[in-house]
Amino acid sequence: MSNIRILVGCKRVIDYAVKIRVNAARTAVETNNVKHSLNPFDEIAVEEAVRIRQRLPSRVSDIIALSCGSAKSAEVLRTAMAMGADRAIHVEAEDIKLQPLSVAKLFRAIVEKEKPNLVILGKQAIDDDSNQTGQMLAGLLGWPQITFASNVNIEDDNLKVTREVDGGLETLSSKLPAVITADLRLNEPRFATLPNIMKAKKKPLVTYTPQDLNVDITPRLEVLSVTEPPPRQGGGTVGSVDELVSKLKEVGAL
Amino acid sequence: MTLFLRSRFPNIIRQGIVNGSLPRRFFSHSSVARSAGAFPSLHSLSEEERMLRDSVASFAKQKILPKVQEMDEKEKLDPEILKGLFEQGIMGIETEVEYGGAESSFLSAILAVEELAKVDPSISVICDVQNTLVNTLFRKYGSEFLKEKYLPQLASEKVGCFCLSEAGAGSDAFALITRADKKDGHYLLNGSKMWITNSFEAEIFLVFANIDLSAGYKGITCFVVEKDWGVSIAKKETKLGIRASSTCTVNFDNVKVPEENVLGVVGKGYKYAIEILNEGRIGIAAQMIGLAQGALDNALPYTYQRKAFGQPIAEFQGMQHQFAQVATEIEAARLLTYNAARLKEEGKSFVKEAAMAKLFSSQVAEKAASKAVEWMGGVGFTREFPVEKYYRDAKIGAIYEGTSNIQLSTIAKIMSVDYK
Repeated sequence: MSNIRILVGCKRVIDYAVKIRVNAARTAVETNNVKHSLNPFDEIAVEEAVRIRQRLPSRVSDIIALSCGSAKSAEVLRTAMAMGADRAIHVEAEDIKLQPLSVAKLFRAIVEKEKPNLVILGKQAIDDDSNQTGQMLAGLLGWPQITFASNVNIEDDNLKVTREVDGGLETLSSKLPAVITADLRLNEPRFATLPNIMKAKKKPLVTYTPQDLNVDITPRLEVLSVTEPPPRQGGGTVGSVDELVSKLKEVGAL
Repeated sequence: MTLFLRSRFPNIIRQGIVNGSLPRRFFSHSSVARSAGAFPSLHSLSEEERMLRDSVASFAKQKILPKVQEMDEKEKLDPEILKGLFEQGIMGIETEVEYGGAESSFLSAILAVEELAKVDPSISVICDVQNTLVNTLFRKYGSEFLKEKYLPQLASEKVGCFCLSEAGAGSDAFALITRADKKDGHYLLNGSKMWITNSFEAEIFLVFANIDLSAGYKGITCFVVEKDWGVSIAKKETKLGIRASSTCTVNFDNVKVPEENVLGVVGKGYKYAIEILNEGRIGIAAQMIGLAQGALDNALPYTYQRKAFGQPIAEFQGMQHQFAQVATEIEAARLLTYNAARLKEEGKSFVKEAAMAKLFSSQVAEKAASKAVEWMGGVGFTREFPVEKYYRDAKIGAIYEGTSNIQLSTIAKIMSVDYK
């Protein structure tokens, strides 16, 4: 029965409550002067790590929060530490250049450095909705992956994780080390209390660059354009099923 | 860096050295460090202040918001919400770590009060009284014995309240007649306090009583009284607004208070009361700007949805101009409030600015809430929508912790020094 060292992924994204707009150049969503916060699924991941420690206090020896992104990403690392992470690592790189594969490679480099035996990521970031980083990381590491986790149980060195799948719930077992990605119903994250916010100030935060880790983050995907969805057209009411069918045929839906 | 700061902000350095560390906000934003000679705007917060504000905002939205209407209708504070305030660590914001608090800045307390008020001004005042009146009185004037005994309790589980006003002593606070008669090693308190916020839930009472009525206000002394020493809560007021916050008459009938529970120096209570109310009014100003912002945030989305004459009503120029006017006034009130808070942190004189902040914020809150109801039209007038509550809650801002007329007199008195 080994010590559990948890690495949690944190991404700084536009806050979920913000009404987003496409920028003037139509290349990306406008991020200037827009409220950002910790990706909600990553918040759930941090919360799960802290809860695992609460359930197995003698076994969890380290919870590290890791974020790849611009200088401001340090903010979400402070939030993670205020929630209970022991220390943080910030890989500083331009947000616009980072894509799931390069992030997964950066994570792999940190995993090789820090040697955690459990990596918990949010299932996807709410800005790009890629849902790839966790899976790619597991592939690069050669570790088992359990995605969309809605319940995590650890017994000795074995994981028992319930996943939410289209047909219902699926329970998988795996050995450590493993990668888990957190889904919405895994837990309800705590608010950072003021005493913990103050304690987080003293927790260590280390910064690296991709060069320090020997990772090439050259983007492999190019975003051609970003546009808003077409505005909602008004509908019309129909009087009977026959009229409905004929209208649907008219617009070519049938 | 220190030399540069010393020449620009001598008071801060003085206070910083006294406190053992420079105010965090000067190292928060990297651009401050880089642009030499720059003074941060009042929008600059330290990282902890920003995190606290966001955390309280989330807590308020997720935990308090669902219960606001119920608490208002029942005129009762939900005990779960009260517990939540303690768990969030916001009932001992400035209290030193050694006494169980978070040892954060005064502005942190102001931000917490403001964020709570955006959702429910009743909850906001509970947090405000605890932090800016009760805790601060203990921290400033309490003996080591009193601080060690009560501050940890106030930070973690017990509500405190500030008992100054009486039926015959409101603005004229020094006309109070609650007596404290000295006996062997203790005092006997007799009298009745009125309009006491938090009193229903409180277990620790800071009571201003006179040990010698013939000495006038110079006999007023502050006592720390525990609930189970015989304090009785009488009539709970049924109010127009902030109904979830308890406001009661508190009776003392031969309540025995040991000598060591005198807060500070005997006969100096009047001074403590005035000084603490000067600070407390920045807290009320924060509650009022939160209220105003909350009213605005609730009304505007509706006006962008509601259509009349073929367009959302928000897009009529008349409405747009009203939005702009109210938003400008809220921002002005906010800056007055934050500036008064920072002046206090810097150890500078802030009495006039605090009075201006409270005066103006309460006026702005009343106007903003009133406009919010108007903008929403008929539905704004119903209890189904939250804006009518802001309208009712706003009125108290001009009344408690120093009426608007008192604020005006205070400001004028300080001004006259320069012109007489």
